[in-house]
Amino acid sequence: METTAQKKKYAAKDYKSDLKPIWCPGCGDYTVLNSITRALAELALPPEQVAVVSGIGCSSRIPAYTSVYGFHGVHGRALPVATGLKLARPDLTVLVTGGDGDGFSIGGNHFLHACRRNVDLTYIVMDNQVYGMTKGQASPTTAPDWEGSKLTPEGTGINPFQPLVVGLASGANFIARVSSSDPINMARIIVEAIQHPGFSLVQVLSPCVTFRPEQAEWRDIVRTAVVDYTDDAARAARRLMTDDGFNVGKVLFKGSRPPFRPEFEHSHGSVAELEARFML
Amino acid sequence: MLVTINSVSLVIAGSGGAGVVTAGSLLLDAAAKAGWYALMSRSSGPQIRGGEAAAMLRFATEPVMSHDDSFHLLMAIDWDNITRFSAEIPLTAESLIVGDPAHGEAPAGLLKNNPRQAALAMSDIAAKIENGRPNMVALGAIAALIGLPPGAMQAVVEDNLKRKGQAAIDASMAAFHAGIAAAADLPAIPQLPAVAAATAPRWSITGNEATGLGAIRGGVRFVAAYPITPATEVLEWLAPSLAKVGGMLVQAEDELASINQIIGASYGGVPAMTATSGPGLSLMIESLGLAVAAEVPLVVVDVMRVGPSTGIATKSEQSDLNIAVYGLHGDAPHIVVAANSVSDCLFTTQWAVHLAEAMQVPALVLTDQAMGQARAIVPKPAELAFIGQRLTATAAVEGERYKRYAMTGSGVSPMAIPGTPGLTHTADGLEHNEFGTPSSQASDHLAQMDKRSRKLTQFTYGDHWADIEDSEVGAGDTAIITWGSSTGPAREALRRISATGGKARLISVRLIAPVQPEKMAAALQGINRVLVVEQSHSGQFHRMLRAFYDLPKDTHALHQGGPLAFGPGQILEQLNVWSA
Repeated sequence: METTAQKKKYAAKDYKSDLKPIWCPGCGDYTVLNSITRALAELALPPEQVAVVSGIGCSSRIPAYTSVYGFHGVHGRALPVATGLKLARPDLTVLVTGGDGDGFSIGGNHFLHACRRNVDLTYIVMDNQVYGMTKGQASPTTAPDWEGSKLTPEGTGINPFQPLVVGLASGANFIARVSSSDPINMARIIVEAIQHPGFSLVQVLSPCVTFRPEQAEWRDIVRTAVVDYTDDAARAARRLMTDDGFNVGKVLFKGSRPPFRPEFEHSHGSVAELEARFML
Repeated sequence: MLVTINSVSLVIAGSGGAGVVTAGSLLLDAAAKAGWYALMSRSSGPQIRGGEAAAMLRFATEPVMSHDDSFHLLMAIDWDNITRFSAEIPLTAESLIVGDPAHGEAPAGLLKNNPRQAALAMSDIAAKIENGRPNMVALGAIAALIGLPPGAMQAVVEDNLKRKGQAAIDASMAAFHAGIAAAADLPAIPQLPAVAAATAPRWSITGNEATGLGAIRGGVRFVAAYPITPATEVLEWLAPSLAKVGGMLVQAEDELASINQIIGASYGGVPAMTATSGPGLSLMIESLGLAVAAEVPLVVVDVMRVGPSTGIATKSEQSDLNIAVYGLHGDAPHIVVAANSVSDCLFTTQWAVHLAEAMQVPALVLTDQAMGQARAIVPKPAELAFIGQRLTATAAVEGERYKRYAMTGSGVSPMAIPGTPGLTHTADGLEHNEFGTPSSQASDHLAQMDKRSRKLTQFTYGDHWADIEDSEVGAGDTAIITWGSSTGPAREALRRISATGGKARLISVRLIAPVQPEKMAAALQGINRVLVVEQSHSGQFHRMLRAFYDLPKDTHALHQGGPLAFGPGQILEQLNVWSA
């Protein structure tokens, strides 16, 4: 654990850039940014030892709003970029941030395999059940009867994606749900997620005040989950399958699978030895 | 058949389980032991396992750059589906087909040009030997026909079968010697002279292995990839080899993940590569643009196969040039290089790592199935000085905020690797200013476009942009311009022109993009006639040359889709028709 002296070394603001976010006033993502920087300060990680990787979407803008190393890639591919970075540079703390469309629609396959592969990453998904950047279309987590988009005026008619259930089934090693309305608790859970080895999935209910104004009610609907985390995947699955999506503020599952990390062997071989095998 | 190099060409064909590819490999290894050079290509049917296969081999007392126009010998262990290969096995009246009477007559499809025929009872002979195999009988006959010393095969069989024990070695060699004895009754084909113990050091290597080695020599230590024919052997060679030199290979969930994982690794400071074929390259294109915009060096190898779509996965074509050069959306300057032989896969891939790292840009390497899956006995490739060297920023400057995308004369800006204190920044696929901050301003866009383009135009590529070779008595006024796999037969065509006292120049373009108009103009000094040779139905290379280079008025194009490779004679014929 960190010493008190180390903890004092950094404040949340030390992890923030001076860029003004493009987000709408009242967007849930502001508090997610605050909770991330607070968590990094709590862990007293030197900013240069942290990288935040993202794809495309409102929440994927986070890297540039931090003062750590950042990578803002293309839509849906944050997890593979982060996977390559963490495998090549295991010394870094790598966070991945993004939204429900980026992670579960266009990047859905990477989500499955990132959970399966269990590289030591922390994936923070700001779920607002809508594509905000393209101005209000249904996302994979949108309810089937939501009629707010011109693309799907009758609703999508498709059952919403269940990220935590899918994440659990795919092998995520740490699963939590938090609400953007409770930044202190969110920061605490992000700290825990970073500290837990392997792939950590943190779903944040982060309302879109512009295209889903009704989500302002989430603040009143969410409740602190009554149970503590389990390390039993079957029990966690039963809980997640029966939950209404508004139990927040607790870690729901902690597994003990060792993280994926093919060792960079100490180079006991040389290129000359490889070449010798071709020699006649 | 016009033969100017001392060579013999043969095909071993048969159905699954006949051991055709094994027989070809043993023969290649034995030829190497005998001091010869060789090239072996393989062709196979669509079956995953157990389908018909053919091993095409050419042996010579000097390095083999191409297959010949026809084969001296077709050794058919059986006839199952062999006509599927007939277009790939050109035979003449002087060719000899040897078949096993136990499997009936040679199919009519092989007999168009009235090749000579002879019988060899491979299965009957093998049956008389305990654990004898018909393919070893065939090898014995081939060895006797082409003049391969039996001792060379003995050594190779001992190497290959030592784990199976002495009995297996003895059975194989008994079948081999029975084949030699039986060959006494066969008509003759050209023989190669025995060579005194090998003089210069030689390698036995496939194009795909050479590609992997080039990557490691250049400094690549992280590879993420998804299996795809015919690139998989690059990865299968790299996985254990990278581990030996402190690197790693990760099998990704798809090509979108492959390219993005290597972007992540390279952003982290570790030179990175992936290898794929056309369908995979198509999937990677969006993220190649990301690597251009975010200025992340990386190498993508495309072992080309017949397209479009799934095409013919197991066969070769030079038709990914357009997507490699023009496939990216927006104006996205990047490097495209092409290997022109089995051993050049090493040079070109290593050079690509060097170029990518030096310019902080993605580099595409085009090879193809024909060279990737071919094995050759080659002179030991030279040591190359190219090691990927990235310009990095290592320390913060007091009072100055770090500019990841700073304007510089060369266009290359020092890159801060994560972990470096005081230089944190966000690398971005969004257009950005010098700091990396997203920007939608015209001035930032134009300045960054100029910078990214300048990196490639200011770079000194040296002589490696093309291989330029003249006939012995000079270039004359005729040039063959080609690239990639078509270079082999063009080289041999040039040899034949030389042998008859003719003149021509070969220009094999290695640096496909960015284009080098000044260098091409110099190479075309005094040239009035150009023949463009490429394996593409629409003439992609010819169109590209037309777009970017001043070619003589008298320029012809020889282009055809895959998978049949050009023979040297086909290229000569084109030149002759033209000069008549």
